[in-house]
Amino acid sequence: MGKRTIIPFGPQHPVLPEPVHLDLVIEDERVVEAIPSIGYIHRGLEKLVEKKEYTEMVYVIERICGICSFGHGWGYCAAVEGAMDIKVPERAEYLRTIWHELGRMHSHLLWLGLLADGFGFESLFMHCWRIRETVLDIFEETTGGRVIFSVCKVGGLRKDVDAKTLEKMSGLLNGIKKELQELTDVFLEDRSVKNRLCGVGVLSKEEAEELGAVGPMARASGVAQDMRMAGHGKYLELGFEPVVETDGDCYARCKVRLREVFQSIDLINKAIDEIPEGDIAVPVKGNVDGEFITRMEQPRGEAIYYAKGQGTKFLERMRVRTPTNANIPAMVKTLQGCDLADVPMLVLTIDPCISCTER
Amino acid sequence: MSDKKYMVQEFVAVESATLLEYMKDIKAEGYRLAQICAMKKEGDIELIYSFDKDHLMKNIRVIVPENQEIESISDIYWYAFIYENEMHDLFGVKFRHLALDYGGNFFKVSEPTPWNPKE
Repeated sequence: MGKRTIIPFGPQHPVLPEPVHLDLVIEDERVVEAIPSIGYIHRGLEKLVEKKEYTEMVYVIERICGICSFGHGWGYCAAVEGAMDIKVPERAEYLRTIWHELGRMHSHLLWLGLLADGFGFESLFMHCWRIRETVLDIFEETTGGRVIFSVCKVGGLRKDVDAKTLEKMSGLLNGIKKELQELTDVFLEDRSVKNRLCGVGVLSKEEAEELGAVGPMARASGVAQDMRMAGHGKYLELGFEPVVETDGDCYARCKVRLREVFQSIDLINKAIDEIPEGDIAVPVKGNVDGEFITRMEQPRGEAIYYAKGQGTKFLERMRVRTPTNANIPAMVKTLQGCDLADVPMLVLTIDPCISCTER
Repeated sequence: MSDKKYMVQEFVAVESATLLEYMKDIKAEGYRLAQICAMKKEGDIELIYSFDKDHLMKNIRVIVPENQEIESISDIYWYAFIYENEMHDLFGVKFRHLALDYGGNFFKVSEPTPWNPKE
């Protein structure tokens, strides 16, 4: 046994946009153990249910994350709507699906850029973020916001999107598809990229299941788990099937996210073709008295929303379990036995969102 | 069954004394632990353990007196340490035989157990 040393990784590190700390126990250049610690930016947002009315709480929940904010707002509304037995109009369900998939595209493109930056491919990073700008422009035109949208409310939506704007959106997305294909060729075929990703941080299907991995992390290891199959929004009507890869390494996780961006474009185009006319919200009366637990497939994986009412305008409890929470154990497992130089790549490929984790 | 699997809300009450046996059984049935949530209830703490199998959810409700220790399930679901340390730091729930015990340092909070402050 060689000499063991503990290397602190984070909370401030060039590949980490947010603070998380890992104690890396290394033997020579190999990691033998990784001990994570979080809590640097815990905000206690869930506790605000004691001070914010259940209709106002959606603004707080959206602020859990600046990337998947729409999905958080939808997840919260779905939990409250479930507890109050509210049926949301069809058109609102379609629009929620469209915005949620736009959120996935912008999150995955952001991550692809960060990954390229992580392995030192600056121009690839810039192209990913350039394409992502178009998605943010679509958000701005349809919701008025680029990061926080506030279009989701209990009972439906605050804003509608007219047919002309939807048609324009479809044209922009088809343009993104063409540009992204060129980047995909670089991500999946370039020798230097493959050298950094192939065979690194392998998580087998059995390990992914045993460690409770979720999202692209699990699907890259062959686990066909995606909460869009649970019946939310219009995914099943649009013929959604999860994207699955089987190699379980960093390359497979990159491939899953790339394929999911193309899949999101197809889902949005299909939703635009099928969206019916009609209302976008139903009136909501009374207070929450029941409880409901539901799940959304956020870009990083399964997010859980639990709402419990107490017959007043304030909820008794609101709980959000975010995907990074669930993926930390799998990340710790994949770090064991890897080279110290691969740690940044490995940490990046779970796409950690610490502001989600800390809430 | 309807395609709307998310509409299925299954909550089962389990005694804390039989929790580990229940966990072993549910793991043998192929359920994945999805989350654990704590809630304060007039002198008690209510814990909700959520599980997933084929996109269907099952929830276990356990009520423990506030100062009573409860057995950790991290021997059965190792990754439960994430949720158990969180509940320890935010609610003051004490777990026995926790696989990875951070000793109150998982979350860096400015006051101890902010969801369940001691007088």
